[in-house]
Amino acid sequence: MPIDAYYRSYLQVAAVGLLGLGLFGAMIGLAKVLQPRRLSDLKSSIYECGVEPLGDEWSQSQVRYYVFALLFVVFDVEAIFVFPWAVIMGTLSWAALVEMVIFILILAVALLYAVRKGVLRWI
Amino acid sequence: MDWVDYLIRSVVAVVVFAAILGTCTLLVWFERRGAAWMQVRVGPNKAGPFGLLQTVADAVKLLTKEVFVPDSADPLVYRIAPLLSLLPAFLALTIVPFGPGFHIGDRYVPMQIADLNIGILWLLCMSSIAVYGYILAGWSSGSKYPLLGAVRQSAQVISYELVMSLAIIPVVIWAGTLSTSGIVEAQSRYHWYVVPLIVPAIAFFVSGIAETNRPPFDLVEAESELVAGAITEYGGVRFMMFFLAEYTNIITISAITTTLFLGGWNGPILFGTIAGWSVVPLWGLFWFLLKTGVLLFVFIWVRVSLPRLRYDQLMTFGWKIMIGVNVAVVLAVSFVIALMEQGALPMFWAPPGR
Repeated sequence: MPIDAYYRSYLQVAAVGLLGLGLFGAMIGLAKVLQPRRLSDLKSSIYECGVEPLGDEWSQSQVRYYVFALLFVVFDVEAIFVFPWAVIMGTLSWAALVEMVIFILILAVALLYAVRKGVLRWI
Repeated sequence: MDWVDYLIRSVVAVVVFAAILGTCTLLVWFERRGAAWMQVRVGPNKAGPFGLLQTVADAVKLLTKEVFVPDSADPLVYRIAPLLSLLPAFLALTIVPFGPGFHIGDRYVPMQIADLNIGILWLLCMSSIAVYGYILAGWSSGSKYPLLGAVRQSAQVISYELVMSLAIIPVVIWAGTLSTSGIVEAQSRYHWYVVPLIVPAIAFFVSGIAETNRPPFDLVEAESELVAGAITEYGGVRFMMFFLAEYTNIITISAITTTLFLGGWNGPILFGTIAGWSVVPLWGLFWFLLKTGVLLFVFIWVRVSLPRLRYDQLMTFGWKIMIGVNVAVVLAVSFVIALMEQGALPMFWAPPGR
């Protein structure tokens, strides 16, 4: 692909981005014109099943969600390495395939370790 | 490349954009009317013929609602979050080829907004960014249910994004390109990848349902537990934006599944001329819309049929079964392709034209 065609295709993507921004602005603008304005303290309090909100607004959440984010980083970085390899895999030698198998197996062992550690168990 | 070409491409972009919005409207209608039909109810039938204008009525209602920010919310992030989920939804659709490009005179009209050479990576990037829309919406609301919903959602979406990228890799190996139009051309006529790659095809679609937080994977807005998940504190026009983004994502997943596994615009009939004009682009568009429409129907069908999973079931299914199976498939497919390239296996199912 010649370099100007390359940049032009992103120009088209940017055009869609502008259309999306325009839609966002139009919707907000239209709502600003059409909306009634009757604010009250009760209305702008947060929802908590109809009772008075209790305690801090930003509550704590469990750490196990965070562990998934860590595991995700491992495998997402794997995807970054595998995609370029996948595109030209057919033209490479057996050595490249074997190397990728070793790479993926190391990560698979990591996942197995996490499973054995009970990271994926919820109770 | 002069201004006429720029004009042609702008028109393509605007037409596709309008078509997305129209399809969203129809999809919301079909979701309600079709679900009612499957559950032997009547469903919305007052506004317009068959209740077709119900979505328009809902949109008008949401537009005339008061727009306000809750006291405890972070005002700036709260306002930006809908944009962060709406924009990636539209940008992800730019790489979908809707049909074969054609010529008018000596002008080329592509039936795709942008043919990026990293097409599939672009899709994964956009679906990653879309997570921010929801997690920031949940965090900035300064309320408990949205925060819990946002944390659940980010854990779920990143888990199934791994499955999604692992399910795409066999297609990339088989086609030898990341460009979506290249992948469609590699599946010429009837060599759809769904046949040799049935497992990644199913995995991709299932993880697509999980990515868009649709039932049976709608843990993030499990009504009886979390009210409406990350968007509990949103109302009026901002709520509508999240809704629009969700339905655009459904269309994207269906269109990309069609592109990667169901041959895109390829179909059994793809020829003919009317008055000297080739009707191949029309056939291509027809096959593309037919396949995407069937997948959209499956989205609704699954929603109506299946009960919601538990969160631990969702995570176990994603990490143990889906990732395990798909890593095995990636290794198996790369061995088969390597054997075919070496000549040890006969070339099978329109292998890459290397």
